[in-house]
Amino acid sequence: MFTFEVGSLLSIAFVLGVVLVAAAMLIWVERRLLGFFNERLGPNRVGPFGLLQSLADVGKLITKEDWIPPFADKASFVIAPLIIPIVMLLSFAVIPFAPDVGVMDLNIGLLWIFAMAGLAAYSAMLGGLASNNKFALLGGLRAAGQMISYEVFMGISILGVVILGDSFNMREIVLAQEDGWFIIPQFFGFVVFLIAGLAETKRWPFDLPEGEAEIISGFNTEYSGMKFGLFFVGEYIGMLLLSMLLPVLFFGGWMAPFGLDIGPPIFSGLFWMSVKTGAFVVFFILVRAALARPRYDQLMSYGWLVMLPLSLLNLLITGAIVLSQGA
Amino acid sequence: MLSAIGKQVHVIWTQIVTLALVFSHMFRKKDTVEYPDVMPYMFPRWRGRIILTRDPDGEERCVACNLCAVACPVDCIALQKTEDENGRWYPEFFRINFSRCIMCGFCEEACPTHAIQLTPDFEMAEYVRQDMVWEKEHMLINGTGKYHDYNFYKVAGKSIGGKGKGEARNELPPVDRRSLLP
Repeated sequence: MFTFEVGSLLSIAFVLGVVLVAAAMLIWVERRLLGFFNERLGPNRVGPFGLLQSLADVGKLITKEDWIPPFADKASFVIAPLIIPIVMLLSFAVIPFAPDVGVMDLNIGLLWIFAMAGLAAYSAMLGGLASNNKFALLGGLRAAGQMISYEVFMGISILGVVILGDSFNMREIVLAQEDGWFIIPQFFGFVVFLIAGLAETKRWPFDLPEGEAEIISGFNTEYSGMKFGLFFVGEYIGMLLLSMLLPVLFFGGWMAPFGLDIGPPIFSGLFWMSVKTGAFVVFFILVRAALARPRYDQLMSYGWLVMLPLSLLNLLITGAIVLSQGA
Repeated sequence: MLSAIGKQVHVIWTQIVTLALVFSHMFRKKDTVEYPDVMPYMFPRWRGRIILTRDPDGEERCVACNLCAVACPVDCIALQKTEDENGRWYPEFFRINFSRCIMCGFCEEACPTHAIQLTPDFEMAEYVRQDMVWEKEHMLINGTGKYHDYNFYKVAGKSIGGKGKGEARNELPPVDRRSLLP
């Protein structure tokens, strides 16, 4: 019970603690890094290097007035912000952090992630609808269209990984990369998954559901206080989830590159997993700092006219090669 | 078909170039000046806190002509003229409401005697609104400010005690009009 194995209490507590603390710290990391990319310093006043900035932010959000607009639909207005952090945290259940560290060893792990990502779309949709506000409705509409359409080829793009790994189980997919990471045979799958993942987490440059230059703050226009904070934290947990999914599916998960194992397997696995995750987190923040938001029709046409054919082609070629090798 | 693929490759490539460029900014010198810890360099002609200066002889430069109050676009200057026993004009009171002042510097431009001047000091926050109203004794300094040797009464034709008509710098004695008769 108190040893590191998949599903043990220690493992679960470790995963939950790490994910929550990391998601909170991401608020600070993102602001600091954005500052660096803009030749600024970013928040560096609260605590050493501004490390306690997240704490101050949370304190501010909690003590703010938690206002429900009288014209909103109360029940769904309250439920909507709860959905996204819950489903994002549930998604972490199947992520293999390291050998023997994880919550569940589900044999349909990838499908679980997609089921949860599908539910996450309801958060923005319900939030936009329940606010009874034109801008929120537009934001919710955009979120629904974007997340549902990008989920299609997000799913197709990783079928190549499933073919090569011969399993939906995340741990087996990681173990199948013993001889070589899937980034090499599945490069186009990786590109499609990366872009679709960005759109799925509503992060820049695909933050059209929020699009503050066009529709105020989109689906969370009417939200304040900790309800807004839940959307906010949910988005960061989603970013963390994507940053962990990408290494697991394409970069060998906890496996060390070039056999650079350090210490016992759990320690080494956690180290390399966090290094890879951190690299993707920095990449996503860089993308936020650098890239401009597309128009909504560009987003949709890019998805259906470029990403979908690319992912289908990738799947076709992968399947053909695997079949010709007589697997 | 090929050109369409080339276009998409170009799209991705330009985005990658952008990412690389922005990433390179991470290692450049930061623009931020951490203000309360590090004072930024303030230019000498910065338009900040307003002072009243004295002439080189230590007398008040302000002659209470009211031109600054007229020029002021927000009407934040109030003053009252009075005279001393030598006939010098000076303000009885001189009041600037800094909660209204927009630091435009029009008063400095309007001033004929270089009395009112703006300085690079900008830290003028107060907790009580009434503390933003400054009187003459708060603004009057002992120096000459930006113009060190200008003395209005030494160059103006007005006669005051100790200096009659025609005794100012570069001034000829008054013409006796009757002596011009043929």
